[in-house]
Amino acid sequence: MKTPALRLPAAVADRVSVAFLGSLAAVAVAAPLLNLAVPESSPLHLSSYAVGLIGKYLCYATLALAVDFIWGYCGILSLGHAAFFSLGGYAMGMYLMRRIGARGVYGNPDLPDFMVFLNWTELPWFWYGFDRFWFALVMVALVPGALAFVFGWLAFRSRVTGVYLSIITQALTYALMLAFFRNDMGFGGNNGFTDFKDILGFDLQSDATRSALLAATAVALGASYWVCRAVLGSRTGRVLRAIRDAESRTRFLGYRVQDYKLWVFVLSAVLAGVAGALYVPQVGIINPSEFEPINSIEVVIWVAVGGRGTLWGAAAGAVLVNYAKTWFTGALPDVWLYALGAMFVGATLFLPRGLAGLLPVRSRDA
Amino acid sequence: MTADPRRGDPRPGDAGAAANRRDAWRGKREAAARRQPSVLTGDVLYLQQVTVSFDGFKALDDLTLHVDPGELLCVIGPNGAGKTTMMDVVTGKTRPDAGRVFFGNQINLLTMSEPEIAQAGIGRKFQKPTVFDFLTVFENLELALAGEKSFWRTFFARLTSRDRERIDEALETTGLASKRGSPAGTLAHGQKQWLEIGMLLMQEPKLLLVDEPVAGMTPQETERTGELLLSLAGRHSVVVVEHDMEFVRSIARRVAVLHEGRVLAEGGMDAVQSDPRVIEVYLGA
Ligand SMILES: Nc1ncnc2c1ncn2[C@@H]1O[C@H](COP(=O)(O)OP(=O)(O)O)[C@@H](O)[C@H]1O
Ligand SMILES: [Mg+2]
Repeated sequence: MKTPALRLPAAVADRVSVAFLGSLAAVAVAAPLLNLAVPESSPLHLSSYAVGLIGKYLCYATLALAVDFIWGYCGILSLGHAAFFSLGGYAMGMYLMRRIGARGVYGNPDLPDFMVFLNWTELPWFWYGFDRFWFALVMVALVPGALAFVFGWLAFRSRVTGVYLSIITQALTYALMLAFFRNDMGFGGNNGFTDFKDILGFDLQSDATRSALLAATAVALGASYWVCRAVLGSRTGRVLRAIRDAESRTRFLGYRVQDYKLWVFVLSAVLAGVAGALYVPQVGIINPSEFEPINSIEVVIWVAVGGRGTLWGAAAGAVLVNYAKTWFTGALPDVWLYALGAMFVGATLFLPRGLAGLLPVRSRDA
Repeated sequence: MTADPRRGDPRPGDAGAAANRRDAWRGKREAAARRQPSVLTGDVLYLQQVTVSFDGFKALDDLTLHVDPGELLCVIGPNGAGKTTMMDVVTGKTRPDAGRVFFGNQINLLTMSEPEIAQAGIGRKFQKPTVFDFLTVFENLELALAGEKSFWRTFFARLTSRDRERIDEALETTGLASKRGSPAGTLAHGQKQWLEIGMLLMQEPKLLLVDEPVAGMTPQETERTGELLLSLAGRHSVVVVEHDMEFVRSIARRVAVLHEGRVLAEGGMDAVQSDPRVIEVYLGA
């Protein structure tokens, strides 16, 4: 046996993982290089627009990974993961809004523009602390995680499963959307947050910052992958697959199924929140439409197209479908929804294992 | 089968004793009703005058039955005789209307929940095998290991060498050693049943309850299953419920014939088979 030059943790030392993490690392290094170091005149130059797009795709890939982790391995079909993604995005958005300070249209150093517009005179209590980056980061994980905990505790304890669970996750994201649309919630109403200036003092419009955000997203995706693999590679992972395939039998063996579902649901929500937090500074806006029920359904389509129960396939599916979306909305905007539907139906009928199923590699843990 | 010195009452074992048997048995039952199920008996399982009614219909009617340590007891009887109901009572799934059920000398099963009873050392194999198709045979056995089952403990759980030994042992016993790395979904029907028995063994039960193990099996699989059950007796007590007479004949040491919720006859296979009442209700039909 050859000794690898680089020792990867056992959870991600298999060939598929090495290929996946290797491509991520390549993107994280190559995209900034081609954007920053290659002159614009060169055909190899990568536009700033493309850097932003790739960064956005990687956020979606992380979200898809979070959904696949619970759907593909534990049978929990969440149709509300855009809610956790958006909450993470809002937490980051609050930090970015506080960073604007006196640079806003109204020049108020203490209040974001939309609050001045609403004639508010004081910062609401739930905005305290968001001027600090570390606090925002904690909230990025804590808020989606806590919501998932409460929701999951109620749902899994009462043994809500299958399509019923999917429906109430839709209701969850819909309810949040309605709430965030309200001006008096204190999150900017239907306009949400935008006009961000900087993150940690780095100009959000600069190419270097955008490249750094792309690289950070690639790292977050790789780390999420590693965390999911570590769980799936442990005995816990085998219990999760047992739950997916024969829930009551697993319970009969003495496993508290509701606890297992709860903790993976919370972990998945946190990963979705992190994805949302990286998304907002790269697209420059967050508003309540991110909570729309259709968004969560789209995520499930990315996973189904890419290959449920593979993690890397879900991430690849997110990138491919969104690349197609970018192309369609540019060339044939009216056709996009039909194309999306066709992809889903096609994958369901002809590729039950998704695009990942086309590759000769067989993940042992399917 | 010889008389059990611990009991002081005759335990008939051959065909010649058939005539005395029912009277002796009745006498024993009355004696049993008087005595405390306790240190006096060496039973692993003891059902005393158990009655279960469903809307007035008695699925079990004053049933008294015992299982000795390490023995293989076959319970036979026509459909609807109450065999499955008896297992339901022992595993806590059904509560009897009357009677007592003791596990070992001390443990009153009627006060315990299903998981508690399983934990105490009674394993049950259901008629329909359910194994985890996408996990390997080895992993199926791993998940069935007795021990800590909480989320965080299993996350950090590592197989000890003792765990491995036990899994290897179960693989040997069930004849699945060559399949250890195969997904359980690829096993044949009979192999799945054996795997399920193997999973029961991982929980280190004192008593195994096996419901119709050979239903749907090929003759070869049936034979192999018989050997497997026989090899388990000794280290465990085993109760097999079955209505395949040939199969019971091939493995039985002691047989109890159930009919309309009661023990109609009990003893060696030959004795039971030549009992006119058994012939009338079951074998001769
Ligand atoms: N839950 C129940 N409700 C009503 N009747 C039942 C129930 N379970 C079993 N029975 C009846 O009790 C009798 C014994 O059933 P069972 O123990 O399943 O028999 P066996 O396993 O010997 O074929 C049958 O007549 C059956 O219809
Ligand atoms: Mg039955």
